[in-house]
Amino acid sequence: MTLADDSPRTVTAPAVPAPPDPTPPPVPRRRGPSLSRNRWGYAYVAPFFVVFGAFSLFPFLFTAWVSLHDARLSDISGGTFVGLDNYAALLGNDFFWNALRNTITIGVLSTVPQLCLALGLAHLLHYKLRGRTFFRTVMLVPYATSIAAATLVFATLFGRDYGIINTALEAVGLDRVDWESGTLSSQVAIAVIVTWRWTGYNALIYLAAMQSIPGELYEAAEMDGASKWRQFLHVTIPSLRPTILFTVVVSTIGAVQLFGEPLLFGGNGATTGGARNQYQTLGLLMYQQGWTNFNIGQAATTAWAMFLIILAVVGSAALVGRYRARREGARR
Amino acid sequence: MTVRRRARAAAGATLALALLTTGCGGSDGGDDGDQITLTLGLYGTFGYEEAGLYDEYMRLHPEITIEQSVVAQSGPYYQALQTRLAAGSGMADIQGIEIGFVSDVAANHADAFVDFAAEENADELESQYYDWKWDQASTDDGRVIGLGTDAGPQAMCYRQDLFEQAGLPTDPAAVSALWPTWEDYLATGQQYLASPTRQEGSAFVDSPNSVFAPAVRQGDTTYADEDGNPVVEDSDGVQSAWALASQAAGDGLTARLAQFSDEWNAAFSNGAFATIACPSWMLSYITSQLGDEGAGLWNIATLPGQSESGSTWGGSWLGVPSSGEHVAEATALAEWLTAPEQQVRMFTEQGFFPSSSVAAESPEVAGATSDYFSGAPIGQVFGDAAAAVRRTPISPYDTQIQDAFSAALTTVADGSRDPDQAYADALAAIEQITG
Repeated sequence: MTLADDSPRTVTAPAVPAPPDPTPPPVPRRRGPSLSRNRWGYAYVAPFFVVFGAFSLFPFLFTAWVSLHDARLSDISGGTFVGLDNYAALLGNDFFWNALRNTITIGVLSTVPQLCLALGLAHLLHYKLRGRTFFRTVMLVPYATSIAAATLVFATLFGRDYGIINTALEAVGLDRVDWESGTLSSQVAIAVIVTWRWTGYNALIYLAAMQSIPGELYEAAEMDGASKWRQFLHVTIPSLRPTILFTVVVSTIGAVQLFGEPLLFGGNGATTGGARNQYQTLGLLMYQQGWTNFNIGQAATTAWAMFLIILAVVGSAALVGRYRARREGARR
Repeated sequence: MTVRRRARAAAGATLALALLTTGCGGSDGGDDGDQITLTLGLYGTFGYEEAGLYDEYMRLHPEITIEQSVVAQSGPYYQALQTRLAAGSGMADIQGIEIGFVSDVAANHADAFVDFAAEENADELESQYYDWKWDQASTDDGRVIGLGTDAGPQAMCYRQDLFEQAGLPTDPAAVSALWPTWEDYLATGQQYLASPTRQEGSAFVDSPNSVFAPAVRQGDTTYADEDGNPVVEDSDGVQSAWALASQAAGDGLTARLAQFSDEWNAAFSNGAFATIACPSWMLSYITSQLGDEGAGLWNIATLPGQSESGSTWGGSWLGVPSSGEHVAEATALAEWLTAPEQQVRMFTEQGFFPSSSVAAESPEVAGATSDYFSGAPIGQVFGDAAAAVRRTPISPYDTQIQDAFSAALTTVADGSRDPDQAYADALAAIEQITG
């Protein structure tokens, strides 16, 4: 018994140490799997499962059920059963393929620069800089900004007639760009918003992973005469590989679900994603089907298609990860 | 000790469940004694509270307390109303119904609302309204699901200073005489565009939608036939409105702005366009965009083509869900709020144009002028417009169909589509809506 231990239990403990007891102390019953104790455990976890059941599992299954019906929003459970017709219609729907294409291009346009920038920023912040904590905190500010606020500000910046970006372009002698109405330009603009918002977040994740890379690796590399750049390529990147895979998966899921930015970028609340649907993503298409056109059966189908796409992406990422792990295991 | 720990564990679990369940609990307006609480579910700005109508009604009926809940935009409001209609519960005693979905409610949910055509005073109620307003809330079998509040008869607003600069007349009568028809309006637009003294960079009209939206409702059919079935390609309203609006867009008469976008809002104060179609509610929109600096800049002329037919955009009704607890009291309140005397007050105090012809013809409305709009006789302008409306059937998808055309016209205006392609785009989008 130490001096520091002054919990109430010690009050009842004998002041004088008792002589050693010849019989072994009885096994404490604490860890026994008795049901009467566990019952409270169930009670504690119940709220989670009630919430999960009500707000995740039930909607998930109900969405699947609705997707098999020709249902309107005002009569969700009264639609007629149409089997897989909604899925067949979706595959033959130009709007779906257009939205899928947009989702992929915006996803690539935002995810790739975002992760590259994050990696670079994390590397810089890994050095001993003056005011390092300040920079690290500042990087998380975009992430803490609401999507709506950020998008509205960016939409103003990208405005055709009165936007500051076009004013700047004009000032340096370039032509004004009608950001919103062009296909590539609108997608780039939206990708900029996404990149701005998520780069800092990913950089912090990379930074945390970098800090767990043992310093000896760098010392050894330095002794072998590797430059900082070579150290980055051959020490940092390989050590970060699982983290990079993680951020790729998370960013991809985010990209498939992209919704708020394209919805608000047009500025007039339209769910079309531009007059030619030039930046309508799958999430926005689903919203348009369900909540503008009130065709909730078709919207449920699109929701399930999105789920399957995410499942495929995550599944292939997991396969890649496992394949790499196995190959590296074999190499050792 | 076990007892205490168990009690604490039980308390913890109870608290967790309590937190969970209270989130779902409703707070039904309880009735204390004989006191009755009536609730109104509304969207946007109905302005009843601001005009003091609730206070007055509660003074007249001390046993009644009125509460309202307001959703900012009618779109989300209708989404919520639809889920409540699907569930058959959760509705207020009085629900606002907008022109964008009145036909859907009439076609699919008429049973959920009190039928005003079956009220004892139905003839008296009907006689107060413009016949098109009464008809738009009617079902095929003659039920009437709501009482009209305001209406949106349309005129054409124009910037006097920009007209003068471009060498066009500025007097409302002379300006109205410039465009008896839409073709004349487009010709005036060409004249404006060609004027050497025109303010640099200013367009004739804000958006092709300022041509399309009014013109489409001047045809015999808009988006639906007599039975409310969607007919888009065969509609004479659509055909003429598309021809006119796509011409305006293709000829560069518009400022290439999507209405209600941020750029459009900004363009008001920058004098980027000289005319805009003005439903009566647009006046307060312009006023709020321009503020005091805009006083005296704008004036109001007659809508092109009005001698054929007037045109309306917007307007609402009050419906009484028949599942409510206080249906009789709610019906009485809805009738009072929409009665001609109150519609007159809503016009003089809040600027909502009456859907009651009795109210519109009263001297307070008919003789009203607006200082902000250069003394324009707004009562008479909009009264004439409302009286000139021929009834056009509305369909459940009017809002979405119009948005599809409006988006397609935007692509013509910005040059990314030629008119035929854009028309095909619009039809494809409409098929997604009605199909």
